[in-house]
Amino acid sequence: MPGLKEIRKRIGSVKSTKQITKAMKMVAAAKFRKAQTRILELRPYAHKMHSVLTGLAGTVEKGHPLLEVRPRKKVEVLVLTSDKGLCGAFNTNIMKAATRLIKEIQSEEKELSISAIGKKGADLFKRKDIAVRNSWTGISGRISYTNAKEIATDIIENYTNELFDEVILVFNEFKSALVQKVSVVRLLPLADVAGAAEHPMTQDEPVNFLYEPSQQAIFDALLPKNLEIQVYRALLESQASEEAARMTSMENATKAADDMIASLTLQYNKARQAAITKELMDIVGGVEALKQ
Amino acid sequence: MDDKIRLDVVTPYGLILSEDVDELTAAGSEGEFGVLPGHVPFITTLRTGMLIIKRDGKTEYVFVSSGYAEVTFNKVVVLADSAERAEDIDVERALAARKRAEERLQQAEKVDFARATAAIERSTIRIQVAEKRSAK
Repeated sequence: MPGLKEIRKRIGSVKSTKQITKAMKMVAAAKFRKAQTRILELRPYAHKMHSVLTGLAGTVEKGHPLLEVRPRKKVEVLVLTSDKGLCGAFNTNIMKAATRLIKEIQSEEKELSISAIGKKGADLFKRKDIAVRNSWTGISGRISYTNAKEIATDIIENYTNELFDEVILVFNEFKSALVQKVSVVRLLPLADVAGAAEHPMTQDEPVNFLYEPSQQAIFDALLPKNLEIQVYRALLESQASEEAARMTSMENATKAADDMIASLTLQYNKARQAAITKELMDIVGGVEALKQ
Repeated sequence: MDDKIRLDVVTPYGLILSEDVDELTAAGSEGEFGVLPGHVPFITTLRTGMLIIKRDGKTEYVFVSSGYAEVTFNKVVVLADSAERAEDIDVERALAARKRAEERLQQAEKVDFARATAAIERSTIRIQVAEKRSAK
């Protein structure tokens, strides 16, 4: 049985841990709300872009390298994790899904390259001695559209240079504050736009637009933007998920600390009482001894 | 409603502007163009530049960086990487950005020339737009 002093010390340390986890939870909640509003802010832009693009896709004759489906020989896997830990199973889930995907691709005997967004993923691949083609770290927490642009530009460049024929992104999709789902999306070739071309829009009345400089040029300019938006959205969703996961795990940690403090206090009081009883017994024993 | 144009300026950071205006001038990639109500349906890419909005006799300026515009009968949608109203522009930040970009150009070798010049262009136009505000 540990002594009184040790128990008191432990209670103190658990209490300060609790303070930290509580503060972290609060910070995560604030960041989470911010990330959530940014997702909402992006929505009108993404919608508008999509509708214009699908409208154009139906009318443009010539394809675009980003739309062209090549035989799948080499696959790029983009793994989106967080930079910081202490967010529950957030990164573990991603890495699990990524590892499964990687095994799958390897079993099909396709070539593979991996890129990591986020420090955690990059570190893990390094530890496992898996070569990483490119990595972007230090993004989470202060995501800007420029980050998305940078990543999109890199993959577009390598895709058009035929370094890989397909790009798959693994990221945490934001469902709600309590639920995050690992989502595996194909970024390139851009399938949804190509698909839309086969089923041109029917609801809106067809408008004969004037195009400047040309229909093709605008289409070519918009396609990379579409990819940028997809990457940006994934970054934001992952950010919101990360903060939500951190919120939940810090909440749990605070609760666990509470439980621990309760059981330690009980133990402390028991020990204290035992000590008092023992002292009383000693005194009584002493008095008895004197009487004789 | 026939004598007004509905103007929406949308960026990844949200809706910057959504209002009814009388007249609009923008910098298209093939040159400046003006839009009055009843314009022909028209899609163009935009250069980094400013939107000049006229409404009820007043003029407003909005900075727009690399985007594109979709004009339908009496509605204009501008999609841009970034956009700021003249009064929201942070002049100091723009000045600092220009300085940084210029310094990058000085170290002539390992710089992305296109990127640096684009940055200079962006910040210069930002400052121009901001100056329009103070001239008012």
